[in-house]
Amino acid sequence: MTLITSTIPAPTGPHYRLAGVLRSEWTKIRSVRSTTWTLVATIVITIGIGVLATSTEASRWANASLSDRLTFDPTNLSLAGLLFGQLAIGILGVLVISAEYGTGTIRATLAAVPNRPLFLAAKAAVFTAVALIMGEIVSFGAFFIGQTILSGSAPHAMLGQPGVLRAVAGGGLYLAVLGLFALGLASIIRHTAGAISAFVGVLLIFPLITQALPSSIRNVIGKFEPATIGNAMTSVNTHLQAGAVPSLSPWVGLAVLCGYAAAVLGIGGLLLVRRDA
Amino acid sequence: MIEVTGITKRYGDTLAVDDLSFEVKPGQITGFLGPNGSGKSTTMRMIMGLDSPDAGQATINGQTYGTLGWPLREVGGLLEAKAIHPGRSALNHLWALAQTNDIPHSRVDEVLEVVGLTSVARKRVGTFSLGMGQRLGIAAALLGDPSVLLFDEPINGLDPEGIRWVRNLLKGFGKEGRTVFVSSHLMSEMALTADHLVVIGRGRLIAEMPVSEFIAQSSQQFVRVRTNQPKELREALQSTGATFVEEEDGALSVSDLSAEEIGDIALARQIVIHELSPQLASLEEAFMELTHDSVDYRGEGGFPADNDLANKDDRLTPAGK
Repeated sequence: MTLITSTIPAPTGPHYRLAGVLRSEWTKIRSVRSTTWTLVATIVITIGIGVLATSTEASRWANASLSDRLTFDPTNLSLAGLLFGQLAIGILGVLVISAEYGTGTIRATLAAVPNRPLFLAAKAAVFTAVALIMGEIVSFGAFFIGQTILSGSAPHAMLGQPGVLRAVAGGGLYLAVLGLFALGLASIIRHTAGAISAFVGVLLIFPLITQALPSSIRNVIGKFEPATIGNAMTSVNTHLQAGAVPSLSPWVGLAVLCGYAAAVLGIGGLLLVRRDA
Repeated sequence: MIEVTGITKRYGDTLAVDDLSFEVKPGQITGFLGPNGSGKSTTMRMIMGLDSPDAGQATINGQTYGTLGWPLREVGGLLEAKAIHPGRSALNHLWALAQTNDIPHSRVDEVLEVVGLTSVARKRVGTFSLGMGQRLGIAAALLGDPSVLLFDEPINGLDPEGIRWVRNLLKGFGKEGRTVFVSSHLMSEMALTADHLVVIGRGRLIAEMPVSEFIAQSSQQFVRVRTNQPKELREALQSTGATFVEEEDGALSVSDLSAEEIGDIALARQIVIHELSPQLASLEEAFMELTHDSVDYRGEGGFPADNDLANKDDRLTPAGK
């Protein structure tokens, strides 16, 4: 029985700390395949669709109408793939929480870290860091590749131009905050399929419903939809396309989006404390 | 030391745990026995701070779980077999847990060695058998070298060799002075492993006593005698001072005397005996008797022959025989 009794060094301090929980969450997120796959999917989809969109535009630019030319936003176009990439990052956001419940790991986790808000905060922080870094890589990647494609035959953007850096960096921010929102939804719903459905519902189905509403209402609600906010955050040209919904300014939009994420995380945290694991 | 004081847990209309109180002392193995659905796992989850009791509290070394400074260094728990992300390797699972409580990586290697999973440490847990999952769960419980250990049905899914391994491991922990609390629905297993018993049924405490006492109480042998001269037999038995009870069918159940002695007495008094059969209550029977009224899910009918077979191994050989 000598193997069982070990001499592990005594801990420093009276209590487990955020730093240790953050390291643990980092180990968890990097040690499952779903992280790799969802991130690869985010990259491939976002950049791939950006390539498609910019190639199409480059080939038809010569015949484009005046209105098309006026509202043309090469930065935003190269980031068109974010609309789909956000689904992949959202799935990762859902999985980092729902997989704990689905597999029962949550009980081992909470036995090690009984402070549940601390656990949720650490998980959210690690995920946000990963999503933000990946989001920026994807956003800048899509931008540079897209602009290279456009540069031969259509106007293209450069980072030094006003608003461009903000829009490209905004793409990464948008992905990260939206992923965090998905994580918050999963902390409330706890089931993978349910949380993904809710996320897709908010992101894609809800706008479809508001489309059917009279424009007076749609113009008010529409600005607060994540996709509208994301589009504003990644736009440089403020000329509105015909029929488009007016939007919040990029930074106000980001603040609203952060508010959504904070709200679902707050509710999730409250439920996490109250509910049995 | 685990102290459970009046904990109650209700799920909707069902009272899963009902005003349950008991103590688990260090330096011995305390078996937590009860039929399936009697509230063992719920109680253990409440001790571990995973479920919150509707009333009462459970403390570990005087503290509730949530207030422990370094939980994994004070309590090790195995609550469910294979409740681990199947895509993660055993090593990463343990390392993620270790990091929360500032436990060094060398300890992860150490516990993997203890449970014999070193060679598969980098394999994904999804490829593990149930027995390997149990071993990994035990490794996780040992990470912080805790003084209090809780194991919920640790031998589930283990082969005989694995069962013996767990049994010896638990005994080792007890000898080291740790508090060991282990649940099971098998009395026979607890008779071999535990020193002390906490028996519950339908969420209520039924018995709390040393295993030796339980065995002494339960394994008393008695002899069943049937005769058509009950009056004479009773008188004969009374004269020897033997204790006996009359059963529903008129037969007498005699303790204190062996079948041979009863036969001799009957012969001496010329009493005709129609049946003379030594009876042994197995521990499992004693346990079933104890919890009979508190079993939630009982199979009706079944195959008596199988039951007899199953009980055979559990029957105790009375001392001196």
